[in-house]
Amino acid sequence: MDSARAHDLRTVLSGDDIARATRRIAHEIVEKAKGASDLVILGIPTRGVYLAQRIAAAISEIEGVEVPVGSLDITLYRDDLRLQPPRALEPTSIPAGGIDDKTVVLVDDVLYSGRTIRAALDALNDVGRPAAVRLAVLVDRGHRELPIRPDYVGKNIPTSSTEQVFVRLSELDGTDAVEIADGAGA
Amino acid sequence: MRHLLSAGELDRDTALLILDTAAEMSALSERSVKKLPTLRGRTVVNLFFEDSTRTRISFELAAKRLSADVINFAAKGSSVSKGESLKDTALTLEAMGADAVVIRHWDSGAPYRLAHANWIGGSVINAGDGTHEHPTQALLDAYTMRKHLRGGQGALEGVRVGIVGDVLHSRVARSNVLLLQTLGAEVTLVAPPTLLPIGIEEWPCEVSYHIDEVLPKVDAIMMLRVQSERMKDAYFPTAREYSRLYGLGGERMKLLPEHAIVMHPGPMNRGMEISAEVADSAQAVMVEQVANGVSVRMAVLYLLLGGAKELSE
Repeated sequence: MDSARAHDLRTVLSGDDIARATRRIAHEIVEKAKGASDLVILGIPTRGVYLAQRIAAAISEIEGVEVPVGSLDITLYRDDLRLQPPRALEPTSIPAGGIDDKTVVLVDDVLYSGRTIRAALDALNDVGRPAAVRLAVLVDRGHRELPIRPDYVGKNIPTSSTEQVFVRLSELDGTDAVEIADGAGA
Repeated sequence: MRHLLSAGELDRDTALLILDTAAEMSALSERSVKKLPTLRGRTVVNLFFEDSTRTRISFELAAKRLSADVINFAAKGSSVSKGESLKDTALTLEAMGADAVVIRHWDSGAPYRLAHANWIGGSVINAGDGTHEHPTQALLDAYTMRKHLRGGQGALEGVRVGIVGDVLHSRVARSNVLLLQTLGAEVTLVAPPTLLPIGIEEWPCEVSYHIDEVLPKVDAIMMLRVQSERMKDAYFPTAREYSRLYGLGGERMKLLPEHAIVMHPGPMNRGMEISAEVADSAQAVMVEQVANGVSVRMAVLYLLLGGAKELSE
């Protein structure tokens, strides 16, 4: 974080912006799904899980029903496992009702190459057979390497591939913000 | 980490990483598709010079659940019975492109030799060598204790473990003492003096000759198999006497605290070191140990083979 601060760090989403974006995404999910029944919200660790919990809470508030929320770790499905030392696994927790015949909304913080989502789709395939899979992301920064597109976007932020996007959430980082660092020296 | 040769070489963080990874792996057994693509295209050779059913099957299942290709190489009926040396067997496996060799050998130190002689480029996992070590058994035992006694979190600080029986010939006991000490548990070995190795006072544990004094004070009691195939001398007068003095039966089990678990690495000699009544009781966790073994071995295979190959060494 300190090394990031040393570069030119600009805030593109404030805490309020993030709150409004997650609320809007919650509304859009409910609108498209025509209600909150048969929805399952799954976050991709680490920060996607907290966003998923926020979206699920917002949907519960809007619709007045509890929405099952969980987490889906994709580490064992990554396509770059052989390029790096083994990574520690993050928790996977699928809600008790499972995902068969449900509409699963995957939630991640930043959509970039699309490879994480490719891995998540493979992981979902081993967990069950949902009726449909949707994708919600807080930030879409472009530069897709696979034919994947999000259904719900907090904010489209065109970036250069040398820049770095930092999503900070209060559950982990003590504050809510999305910042971009000029990655020239990173 | 490139090889897993000894439970003693695992530091606390590595041991906990393996246990945490195993906990995630264990969720797989509840899924409809019990398979992960993680080790696709990697080859794991089970090189078993000594008879083993559960350890070999456990490693085989663990590797297959991670999508590795598995080759079982048993010494019986193979080139080894025609006099092939360990080196030539290893060079053959290397030529076939094995990424990991899981080895069980009757000689203590064979896995170390295999790992450090530059015969093969892959990882070596010790699945039991002579009377030396059996690290994955110790890991699955620690996993089972942690799950029952510590809610599946953290290390084993303050957990009191009794290990009873043939410590002299037991690689399970040695690996357990070393790993449990690293994880903060307190171990008491219980055996007749003839079944304790020379130099036992150097081990990081207590020693007792009386099981009845130890039972009330433990959170987990591990009964070791009497290994008659390794016993070439008279270590105790009769099997009946051993069973009476060191076996765990229904009456003796009442000395155990209610929360304590009864463990056994298998295969059990019912009626010898453990009675059928105890083995089938609610406090016995042997069946669970087998299931946990698969999760722990998946974790070890993933952590050794799942990432980029280390270029060091």
